[in-house]
Amino acid sequence: MLLMLSMLITMYRFLKGPTLSDRVVAFDVMSIMGVSLLILLAVYFQRSLYLDIALVFGLIGFLGSTIFGRYIEKGV
Amino acid sequence: MDYLGYLLIFFGAMAFLVSAVGLVRMPDVYTRMHVGTKTTTIGTLLVIFGIIFIEPSWAMKLILLAIFIFLTNPLSSSVVARAAHKDGAVLENDAFKEVSK
Repeated sequence: MLLMLSMLITMYRFLKGPTLSDRVVAFDVMSIMGVSLLILLAVYFQRSLYLDIALVFGLIGFLGSTIFGRYIEKGV
Repeated sequence: MDYLGYLLIFFGAMAFLVSAVGLVRMPDVYTRMHVGTKTTTIGTLLVIFGIIFIEPSWAMKLILLAIFIFLTNPLSSSVVARAAHKDGAVLENDAFKEVSK
């Protein structure tokens, strides 16, 4: 509930952000918040399957922000 | 034992809230990155350790996730910071420029 509020405030920066880098930082923060939200959902529904989803989501989020950094840097 | 876990999860969520508020209020890219990466790292670690206290049988996967986040979060932040610097992001109130002027 508090985490949803934080994601909404981060979403504001993601939509408003003056430059591309701000949006990438906000995306990074939001993906890590999504990992925590998935872990909390795993406890709430008592399914340990959600932990695997959280692990893969963290991996994909890390790859996403790294590739966005490469895109800003080299324009590829 | 459960209450300690809930307390840790609450502190982790507070760290996330601080991160989001700082992300809105900070003036430029570098300070936003500073507030974004450190508070989310500590928030995720607090949430994960709180859940280890609540559900001890899931500890292996959770510790793996904690190590993974602890390793990759500063790395992605560093990559984005270098890209923003090459892109030409400037500091608000650049102290070094003020001195060398």
